[in-house]
Amino acid sequence: MSMLQVNDLSIHFGGVKAVQNVNFTIDAGIVYSVIGPNGAGKTTLFNLITGVYKPTTGDIHLDGEAIGGKSPNELATRGVARTFQNLQICMNMSAIENVMVGAHLRLDRNLFKAALRFPALKKRDAELRGEAGELMRFVGLGQYVEARADAMSYGALKRLEIARALAMKPRLIFLDEPAAGLNPKETIEVDQLVRKIADSGVTVVLVEHDMKMVMNLSDRILVLNYGKKLAEGTGEEIRRNPDVIAAYLGAHA
Amino acid sequence: MKKSVYNGLYLVVAILLVLPFVLPNSFYLDLVIRMAINAMIVLGLNLLIGFAGQISLGHAGFLGIGAYASAVLPTHFGWHPLAAMVAGAVATGMLAALVARPIFKLKGNYLAMATLGLGIIINITLRNEAQWTGGPDGMPVPAMGLFGFELSNDKQWYWVVAILLSITVWASLNLIDSPFGRALRALHGSEVASQVVGVDIVRYKVAIFVLSAVFASLMGSVTAHYVGFVSPNFADFFHSIELVTMVVIGGMASVYGSLVGAVLLTALPQALATFEGWETVVFGAILMLSMIFLPKGLVPTLAAKFGKGE
Repeated sequence: MSMLQVNDLSIHFGGVKAVQNVNFTIDAGIVYSVIGPNGAGKTTLFNLITGVYKPTTGDIHLDGEAIGGKSPNELATRGVARTFQNLQICMNMSAIENVMVGAHLRLDRNLFKAALRFPALKKRDAELRGEAGELMRFVGLGQYVEARADAMSYGALKRLEIARALAMKPRLIFLDEPAAGLNPKETIEVDQLVRKIADSGVTVVLVEHDMKMVMNLSDRILVLNYGKKLAEGTGEEIRRNPDVIAAYLGAHA
Repeated sequence: MKKSVYNGLYLVVAILLVLPFVLPNSFYLDLVIRMAINAMIVLGLNLLIGFAGQISLGHAGFLGIGAYASAVLPTHFGWHPLAAMVAGAVATGMLAALVARPIFKLKGNYLAMATLGLGIIINITLRNEAQWTGGPDGMPVPAMGLFGFELSNDKQWYWVVAILLSITVWASLNLIDSPFGRALRALHGSEVASQVVGVDIVRYKVAIFVLSAVFASLMGSVTAHYVGFVSPNFADFFHSIELVTMVVIGGMASVYGSLVGAVLLTALPQALATFEGWETVVFGAILMLSMIFLPKGLVPTLAAKFGKGE
């Protein structure tokens, strides 16, 4: 059953058609990758689906409900999580607090109860701190549970973003280049982490340049070029697609 | 950030308990009361500026609404001071919400400009409506009565203000370390990241701005009753700037920094009185130097230096 349906989606920034008439569907429970050269519109596509940009034309359905043009916080209430290619970590907070913010919608956010330190709130917060610590260990950040966010390395912050997204308990997660800028060892660890996330039942949509990782993880792949859909299919189909070979992978792939 | 959260509060309470017995005379008692009231205003303002990252340059205007509500409503209409105080706070809250909603829908920090204008409008209104407010000369404020008991001398005021300050510090600490407070700090750190985890950033910015304004209004009323007199200078732009300076000098996003900033900048003009005419210049020089050498503010810089972290 398809979880996400994207029909004829476009966005124009002035004269630049960053995404043009893109169609695809994503089934629940799979790993779906979006690849393409730099500037192909991958991150723009993520921004459209997660509500950061409003589409110029076209529509997006999540479980049959139209979500095109809804704000990111409304999408969060529907179980959509994401990470960012260029890190979006709150450096004014500790590492574990960044993860705890991910659980925002699952908590009682009442201002007055918080100021007056209602015991139920405090108890829930203590539990959440435990949960957030577990998530940090899950993504391999066990040694950073007590750390400040601004004292962590780039690779660790990339995973912190994933832990924050997982704290939402999402059904659908968008990972925007989780391995970009990581060394080969870290890349393998992220590869395994994405596999673990998918195995836990979360549908994963991945933008990534590391072809080994994409081919290893993906059930299906969408190829974008100049904002348009170039091809879509399984890893094997993409590998053999002549258009893709010409445009992106090069003859040796 | 475990048990140590309240350690500073215990210290504050201890100091407040001891102070009235060690202060040599009523001049110092008066100074401490004004420090404590400023500390509460700065705490409210720091939640907005330091924690949520939104700048208000018109907070003295909100103080002014509260102060004048406490002056005008009992004097001209015979209201009970408490009712006048609440009315001032409600009016301030509605005004703040009215201004904040459209502003926060814009991207970028337009709040500073809007509050600057709003503060000036409030100040001019207070100056011009002389038949109600006494105009530039100001007007006297009737004494605050609590349940048939009149707050008349400084000793009584001291204890009221000390209790209010302790509660304010406690509540601020609680708020910051809660889901609400984390959402505020998160939208300061990254708006887009907080949105994608479900934080309705417009709502949170409006909420903290209104809370901060209402709190300023309440403290304006308290000040008016304590001093027994209000003038438009209390609500002017320079007072707004002074409050922001207290936040910055003490330390943005630091509860105890707010206290230190308020205490220092309330005391400084007194300490500089010996410079006769040059005190403003010395005041300015001290501010510049502290910005150059302590850009994060006193408390966060010292805390980092002595390795206590937050």
